[in-house]
Amino acid sequence: MSTSKQKQYLFDKPRNVTRLLRGLYLVCAILLFLDFVLHRHISHNWENFPGFYSIFGFVACVLLVLIAKELRKVVMRKEDYYDVDE
Amino acid sequence: MWMSDLPAFVPFYLAAALVLVTRGWLRNLILLATPVLGGLHLWLAVEPGLSLTLPLSNLELTLYRTDRLSLLFGYLFHIATLIAVIFALHVRDTTQQVVGLLYAGSALGAVFAGDLLTLFIFWELLAITSVFFIWARQNRYSLRAGIRYLLFQVTSGMLLLAGTLIIYSQTNSLTFEHIGLNGIGSWLIFFAFGIKCAFPFLHNWLTDAYPEATPTGTVFLSAFTTKVAVYALARGFAGTEILVYIGAVMTCFPIFFAVIENDLRRVLAYSMINQVGFMVCGIGIGTALALNGAVAHAFTDVIFKGLLFMAMGAVLYRTGKMNGSDLGGLYKTMPKTAVLCIIGAASISAFPLFSGFVSKSMVMSAMLIEGYDTVWLMLLFASAGVFHHAGIKIPYFAFFAHDSGIRTREAPWNMLLAMTIAAVLCILIGSQPQFLYSLLPWQVDYWPYDMTHVLAQTQLLFFSALAFVWLNKQGLYPPELHSVNLDAEWVYRKLLPTTSRIVVQQLKHICDKICVGSDVVIQTCRQQFGRFPLANYHLAASWPTGSMVLWIAILLGGFLLLDSLG
Repeated sequence: MSTSKQKQYLFDKPRNVTRLLRGLYLVCAILLFLDFVLHRHISHNWENFPGFYSIFGFVACVLLVLIAKELRKVVMRKEDYYDVDE
Repeated sequence: MWMSDLPAFVPFYLAAALVLVTRGWLRNLILLATPVLGGLHLWLAVEPGLSLTLPLSNLELTLYRTDRLSLLFGYLFHIATLIAVIFALHVRDTTQQVVGLLYAGSALGAVFAGDLLTLFIFWELLAITSVFFIWARQNRYSLRAGIRYLLFQVTSGMLLLAGTLIIYSQTNSLTFEHIGLNGIGSWLIFFAFGIKCAFPFLHNWLTDAYPEATPTGTVFLSAFTTKVAVYALARGFAGTEILVYIGAVMTCFPIFFAVIENDLRRVLAYSMINQVGFMVCGIGIGTALALNGAVAHAFTDVIFKGLLFMAMGAVLYRTGKMNGSDLGGLYKTMPKTAVLCIIGAASISAFPLFSGFVSKSMVMSAMLIEGYDTVWLMLLFASAGVFHHAGIKIPYFAFFAHDSGIRTREAPWNMLLAMTIAAVLCILIGSQPQFLYSLLPWQVDYWPYDMTHVLAQTQLLFFSALAFVWLNKQGLYPPELHSVNLDAEWVYRKLLPTTSRIVVQQLKHICDKICVGSDVVIQTCRQQFGRFPLANYHLAASWPTGSMVLWIAILLGGFLLLDSLG
C-alpha cells in the first residue's frame, strides 16, 4: 500500500473541516440573531432574557466537561482496577 | 382465524421452541415472521379492554389484559424485536436466537400482565433469559458481569414478590393497577421497579453488564428491560412526586460519567439512564401530558437508542474494538453506518424533525406547566448534556476524531437494513408525530412544532456543539483514556470484597489463637489426669469411637431382643 496512492477522504482536507466549522459558527450567529427578531411565546420568565437558550447551552456544556474532568481525578482508576480482586 | 385473546407472548415462546429444532433459512424465517405476524395480529385484531384469566386454585391470574397503555408497549416491543432480529440475522448461535425470542416474549408477557403475580413471573423470566446475551460473549468479564446483573435482577424480582404478597394479604387482590406509595408492600414494589429502572445507586447493573454483552445482544437488552420497568412504573406509580426528583437526578449524574467514559457502549448505557430519567420525571408529574410524554419517550428511545447500540455493535463487529481511544476515522470505511449513527445521535439529542424532540418536549412542557422550575433547569442541562455525550461524542470518537488507521469493511447488509429501518422510524416519528400521538394512552391536545420551541431547542443544541468545538480547540476536552471509572459498583466490587477479606483474615487469626490456647488447656488436663491413679483403670483409657458405637449397638440390640421377647 503506497502512501502516494492513498485515497483522500472528506475530512482529510483541512479546508473541509474549516468549512464545516464556519458553517456551525454562521448557524449559531443566525440562531442568536433570530432571538431578537422573532416574536416568541414566553412560557417562563427566564426566557425573557435574550439568548437564554444559547447561553445556557454553551455554559452548560462547558461546565459539564470541566466538572467531568475534575470528576476524573476522583473516580478514574487503571483499567485492571477490578481484576485484582476477581 | 385470528384469535384476539391469544396472549402476545405465546407465539414468541412457541417460535423459540421451533427455532431450537430448525436450522438455516427456516430458522431465520421463523425469527423474522414471529414479530411481523405477532405485531400485525396485535395491530389488527386486538382491541383495548381484553382480559384473559386463568384460575389457579383460589387465585385468579390475569394472563392477558389490554388497554391503550399496554398496547402501545406491545406495538413497540414487536417493532424492537423485528429490528433486533434483523440486526442479528448473521449470528449463528442457537442460544442467542432462542433467548432473543424468549426475552422479547417475556417483555410482552410483562406489559400485558393483569395481576402482580403474573407480572412477577415474567419479571423473573426477563432476567433469566436476558443474562444469556451477556454470557454469550464468553469471556471472564462477561461471566462475572452477568452474575452481578442476575443478582440485581433477581433481587428486584424478590422485592416484587414480597411486595405482592404483602399487598395481597392486605387487600386480598392481586390486580395490577395504580399502587401509589402507601405501606411497606408498595415501597417494596417501588424499589423492585426502581432497580429495573436504574434509579440512582441501583443503576450500576446497567452500565456494568450491557457493555459486556455481545454486539447484537446489547441491542436486545437495550429495548426491553428498562422499558418494561418504565411501563410498570407508569401504571403503578403515576403522579408519585418523589419520582420527579429521582428522575431529575437520573438525567443529570450519568452525563458526567458519560463524558469521561472510554467504552462507547458504556457511554450509551449511561445515556440510557439519562433518557429513562426523563421518563421517570414524566411519570412523577403524573398529568396526562407528562405521562403521554413519558411513554412516548420510551417509544422513541427504544428506537433511537437501539439505532445507536446497533451502530456501535456494527463497529465492534467489524473492528473488535469499542474504546473511544482505539477508534476514529471509521467514516472512511463505514460511511453508511456513520450516517445512520448520526441520525440516531440527532434523535437522542432531540433535534427538531427527529424523534426525541417530539417526545421529550411533552415532559419538558408538562414540567413547566406544573411549576417545577428548578427541576426543569436540571432537565434542560441534561438535554444539552445528552447532545454533548451521546449526540456528538459517540459519532465523533467512533467515526471521526483522529484517524485510528483502522480500515475495515462496511457493516453487513442485515445490520445496515436494521439500522435503516430504525433511522427511518426516527425521522418519520420526528417529522410526522401525529401517528405516534394518536397511539398515546391519554387524550391530550399537544403539538411540538411551534416556532418558539423549535428555536429554543435548536439554539440549545447548536450552542452545545459550539461549546464542544471550543473546548476541543482550547485543548480542554478530556481525552479518551484507557481507564475504569468508579461508580456505585465500587461498593460491591471493591469495598465489600476487600472488607470481607480483611474480616475473614482477622477471624482466621483469632481462630488460630483460640485453637492454640485450647490445645494447651487440653494437654495440661491430660497430663493432670495421667497422674491420677484412676488413669490406670482400663475403662479410662481412650477407646476408638468405632468400638464405642459397636457396643452401643449391641446394647440396643439386646434391649430390642428383650423387648420383643417380653
